This record gives sequence, structure tokens and C-alpha cells, in this order.
Amino acid sequence: MNTDFLSVTLYLLEGFGATVKIFLITLLIAIPLGLLICFGSMSKFQPLRWLMRTLVWIIRGTPLMLQLIIVFYGPGLLGWTAFSVEMATYITFSVNYACYFSEIYRGGIENVPRGQYEACQVLGMSKKDTFFRVILMQVVRKIVAPMSNEIITLVKDTSLARIIGYYEIIFFGQKYIKLEGILWPLFYTGAFYLIFSGLLTVLLRKAEKKMSYYNV
Amino acid sequence: MKALEVKNLSKKFGDLEVLKNVSFTLEEGEVLSIIGSSGGGKTTLLRCLNFLEKADEGEILVKGEDVYSAKAGEKPVITEEAQLRFGLVFQQFNLFPQYNVLDNLTLAVKLKEKNTPKEQIEEKAMELLKKVGLSEKAKNYPCQISGGQQQRVAIARALMLNPEILCFDEPTSALDPELTGEVLRVIRSLKSDNRTMIIVTHEMEFAKNVSDKVIFMADGVIEEMGEPNELFGSPKSPKLKAFLSRENFNQEI
Repeated sequence: MNTDFLSVTLYLLEGFGATVKIFLITLLIAIPLGLLICFGSMSKFQPLRWLMRTLVWIIRGTPLMLQLIIVFYGPGLLGWTAFSVEMATYITFSVNYACYFSEIYRGGIENVPRGQYEACQVLGMSKKDTFFRVILMQVVRKIVAPMSNEIITLVKDTSLARIIGYYEIIFFGQKYIKLEGILWPLFYTGAFYLIFSGLLTVLLRKAEKKMSYYNV
Repeated sequence: MKALEVKNLSKKFGDLEVLKNVSFTLEEGEVLSIIGSSGGGKTTLLRCLNFLEKADEGEILVKGEDVYSAKAGEKPVITEEAQLRFGLVFQQFNLFPQYNVLDNLTLAVKLKEKNTPKEQIEEKAMELLKKVGLSEKAKNYPCQISGGQQQRVAIARALMLNPEILCFDEPTSALDPELTGEVLRVIRSLKSDNRTMIIVTHEMEFAKNVSDKVIFMADGVIEEMGEPNELFGSPKSPKLKAFLSRENFNQEI
């Protein structure tokens, strides 16, 4: 392995591509899945509400790392076909983040004043129009800040996938210890996280600003 | 024909009877004020008329047509177009904060009348904004205008759907005293359009001047009902007498 700065950077960048992949797939699935879990946990149908709240309790109450291990090794122990490393990672991260998102959504939805729903009703708007034309935008605005927090956390949580052998950037960095006996590439991975989360912070703040054209 | 007939409306919240057998009628173009202490059932009555609460028992008829009927222990029957026969202006305005004034007026109509040209709906909205004196605020967001202006926008928004009976739930209670005048003036101007209106209010002078009929509610029942001169001039019920002297006292200090 070449250990000059440029080679290391390029190699780690490859690993970081895998990190970003977990990040993007998780967001893509967890954002809508969270909304479904949120609706479930607010449902008038008690068994569904109970089921969703239990799911959220379990997922939020146990470490993500443990969840990865259980999803990856669990099915095999029961004699079922095991998931691939990638699959297990995407499933675990998506469900885990969807549960956190669902609670943020719920807070956002419950925070919209009842008067907004009532105004829609007396204006003869359908339930669907009420949600998509009036409520949703107010919810989105309320949740940008807490969502930004979770999204930044996700960038760093991706490193946990290493525990079941997902080849992400930390894994790539550690290779240099094993094969070349040098430590700095592993430390250097931190810079990639920093730059990426820095970019996201700027982007999310822009989104937040764009949505604060009105006050409540 | 009666514009509105309310027959034996009753409503309970748990064990608490908020409305007990409330009945009254309104002629077309009449303005009714409902006065009374807090907790007397005025707001609940108005909310039942706008179906934000479902009365447990009773009937509501608009121009002789049954739009709502409920019997104890049964699911109430409400006709499809019942909602739009009534309009409601809220104490807290409840404008949509993310839409500008014009869009607040047009949103519901655009969704309802998909075939009407956009320009036509916006033209009507601009006319109504002119009527409430806010043409120049069409592109402003609710947060950029005063409470009194917000309430005038809310009135225009309710008028967009051309309700047969327009209701006001303490329209000036959330406003600073210097802003109530502009809102009351708009309401008064609607009276000259021969619009049937029901106003729940704490503004006694206004109720006296603008109404054709006044209802005094206490503990969920209509304690006294009549023309403003009778009701304010020679109140019969002891509760109304007490209420009015309290109001006068409050106004003097």
C-alpha cells in the first residue's frame, strides 16, 4: 500500500463513498418510513398505536450497535437466510432512524395549533388538503432544527456498521494499521466526517432560513 | 322563511351539561348577539353551529332545510353541504401563517372550485380585501400585519365562501383595545349588506347598537332573549341584571 498523502486520501475517499451510501439510503428510507410510524403511533386504532409505540421504545431503548448485530446474526441463528452485510446495515439504520424521526414528526404535528385544523374545517377543506396544504408545511418548519441534529448524528453513526464488517471509511483507515503499521490514516478519517457534516450544517441552515420567511 | 332555526340543542362534555335545550330562530339579514359570562355556553353554541363540536341532541335548520339532527345515543346526521352554509371568524383569527393574505383568502376556494379560473377567484378576493380596507396588504404575510388587520383578513376569508350565516366568536377579545374599532366597523358594514350574522361578544355597546336580537346565556341555557332595547333597558332575569351591572361597573373603572 502506498502511504503518501495523496494515495491515502484517495483510498479513504473510496471508503467514505461507502459511508455516504449508508447515509443517503438511510435518509431516503427513514424520512418517509418515520412518517408512517408516526401516523401509526398517533392512530385511533389502539393495537396499531400500541405496536408502533413499542417498536419505538425498543429501538430507542437499545444501542444501534446491538441492533446491527442482532439483525445481521439473528436470522441465521433461527435457521433463516441471513441478510447480506449491506442489507442488514440499511435495514437497521433505516428502522432506527425512522423511529427517531417519527417522534420528531409527532412533536411537530402535535405542536400545530388546533385552530389551524378548525379553520380548515370551517372553510370546508378535506382532511387530505388540510394536511398537505396547511399542516405539513408548518410541521416541516418546526422540525428542521431537530431533524438537522439527527441528520448530523447519522453521519457519524454510520461508522457503527463496521461492527458487522461493512467496508466504510473507518474500516479503510484501520487497514493501514494492520498492513503498514501506521496510525495517522485512521486519525485522518476524522477530517472527512468534519468536512461532510460541515457541508450539511451549511445546507440545513440554509433550508431553515428559507422556511423562516414567516413567524407564527 | 327563517334563515336559521335551532331546536333543542344539547351538549355535554363528560358529565358537564354545557348546552341545555337551546332553541332560537333568526330571520334573514338579522344580526344576533350572544352575551353572557365565560362558561355560560356561548362559544360552545357557536362551535356546535359550525360543527366543530357535535351537539348530542337537537336540530339545526337553514332556510327550512335540516342540516343537522342528533338524537341521544345516536350518531348525528349532518348533510354534506352543511359546513359551508355557516362561516366562522375565530377569536384567534387562525390565519394560515405560511400563506400571504391573498392566498389565505383563495386557498379553500381554489381547492373547492377547481374549474373556476384562478384570476376570477383572486379578483373576488381583492374585492373583499378592498371591502375590509386591506387591498394594499394582499402580498403581506399574517405576521407582518397587526392583530386588527389579521382579524379583518379572517373576516374576508370567511366571506370568500359566501356563507348564509356568518358567525363571530369573540372577534375582538384577542385584540388591543385600540384595534377593536376597525374590526367592529367591518362587522357593522356587513350588516348593511343584509347578511345574517351571529356574534358572541363581550362588547356590550356594540351588541346594543348592531344587533336585532340579543341572547343572554348562563349555565347552558338561554336565560333571556329579545330586542337589544328591552334586554339592556329592562332586563327581567336576575342573572342578566347582575351580569349587566357587573359589566357597567367594569366599564366605569
